[in-house]
Amino acid sequence: MRRFSLSAWLWILSGAAYFLIPLLATFLFSIKDKQTGTCCSLSAYGVILHDHQFWVTIRLSFVLALETIAISLLLFVPTIYWVHLKLPRLRPVISFLALIPFVVPPIILVVGLLDFYRGSPLWFYANPHGFLVAAYVILAFPYVFFSLDAGFRAIDVHTLTEASLNLGASWRTTLARVILPNIRVAALSAAFLTLAIVMGEFTIATLSAFKTFPTYIQYINETQAYPAAAVSLMSFGITWVAMLSILLVGRRGGARAQVGGAL
Amino acid sequence: MVGAFEGAHGGATFANVSALVHTENLRHAYRTSIEISLVTALLGAFFGLVIAYAAIREGTPRWVRSAFTTFSGVAANFGGIPLAFAFIATLGTIGVVTQFMNQLGFNVYQHGFTLFSKTGIEIVYLYFQIPLMILVIAPAVDGLRREWREATSNLGASAFQYWRYVGLPVLLPSILSAIILLFGNSFAAYATAYGLTTGVVGLVPIQIGVDLSGNVVSNPHEAQALAFGMFVVLAVMMLIYVPLQRRTSRWAK
Repeated sequence: MRRFSLSAWLWILSGAAYFLIPLLATFLFSIKDKQTGTCCSLSAYGVILHDHQFWVTIRLSFVLALETIAISLLLFVPTIYWVHLKLPRLRPVISFLALIPFVVPPIILVVGLLDFYRGSPLWFYANPHGFLVAAYVILAFPYVFFSLDAGFRAIDVHTLTEASLNLGASWRTTLARVILPNIRVAALSAAFLTLAIVMGEFTIATLSAFKTFPTYIQYINETQAYPAAAVSLMSFGITWVAMLSILLVGRRGGARAQVGGAL
Repeated sequence: MVGAFEGAHGGATFANVSALVHTENLRHAYRTSIEISLVTALLGAFFGLVIAYAAIREGTPRWVRSAFTTFSGVAANFGGIPLAFAFIATLGTIGVVTQFMNQLGFNVYQHGFTLFSKTGIEIVYLYFQIPLMILVIAPAVDGLRREWREATSNLGASAFQYWRYVGLPVLLPSILSAIILLFGNSFAAYATAYGLTTGVVGLVPIQIGVDLSGNVVSNPHEAQALAFGMFVVLAVMMLIYVPLQRRTSRWAK
């Protein structure tokens, strides 16, 4: 055991201060009274909770998140399963593809998508459940892939599949009843991560003129200071719950926490 | 996915792209963006490394370490509009810290500081850059074996010599690839900058946003050219990143 180090503690404390003070300041801001600006009142939270628009946008974002999760898992669980089972040579190719969102971040992606889908029918182009979900599936792809890939690597895909097929199960049964329960933790963390991403995604939503939860926060930011603090805190809360859920399910299943990028 | 991007600049003439080089304010946007990304990548890497080392080294209780890595996992993923507001509430004109400093008789805004500037953006970006660095570098710092340090001190080396000849060379590939990751992360950030300044500071992503939504004049071709320019910068970063990453994994356990 090495000696107690003053400088290490100094760094740890100043780091903690830098991270905690903005959160604390937002909290102090949010409990100020909206008329007088003095402490302490919950009126700012009241304003948000009674705002019809709040419920509309948060619901939309939540539904979009669920749709993105459903499509991503339906698309990538069988794909990655198949790659692990039959085409291991393709794995480096896919993990290289998963790096592409780093080179094509949301701000570039939205430019490309707006142009690419310009000619598509209105029910898709002008519909958040079409256009935005398509964009979010792309955005979530690397996170879903790395999460699921780690899950599949941790189990013996070949033995499980052969055992199941030998016992007379169909491919569908094998996937649903044998493989899925074994990668549940990986799928769950992919889902929570996607939830956090979609609930906080501003760039693509605002530039394609959809009204989701983050664009609502921005609207409040520009118009009302104290409710803005309240709704910002709520948004932090959603991210925290999603990320902590990953850690919790991961701790039981032994999966690693994800490295994500800020938007 | 690739096709979506090709649509962005496909069929365009070179006029839009060459405008990037010849138009003063577009060139300026790139310079500002790259400058901010460089500053926050370097500072973020430095502080992230030091904090990660301080939290991981022996003698620091384990809960500090797990608190920092857990928090970093979350903080690296938030950002955007709520983060911008958190800093407005902290260091904005009526922010909590600003007011506190006022009471101490020091008005930072009278001394030339403003949150809604390049410096302000850099301070805010560090809020997600440092946690990202902690997350990325922690496994590498973990890989520094205690035996190496003991061996060097048995051979009579000072702490400085240990870092100069053992610690840093081992960590260097990881640090470099982390810096590239941080650079890209900040280069591409749109929501945070927008929430903070609503477009006062001309970054490339902000300019793309203006071109796309276009309250004054909508200019999708300029947006596509700008996006293409960003793509080129990030692709170059990637070309450095991938081989570095390969080198890094050599030391992984």
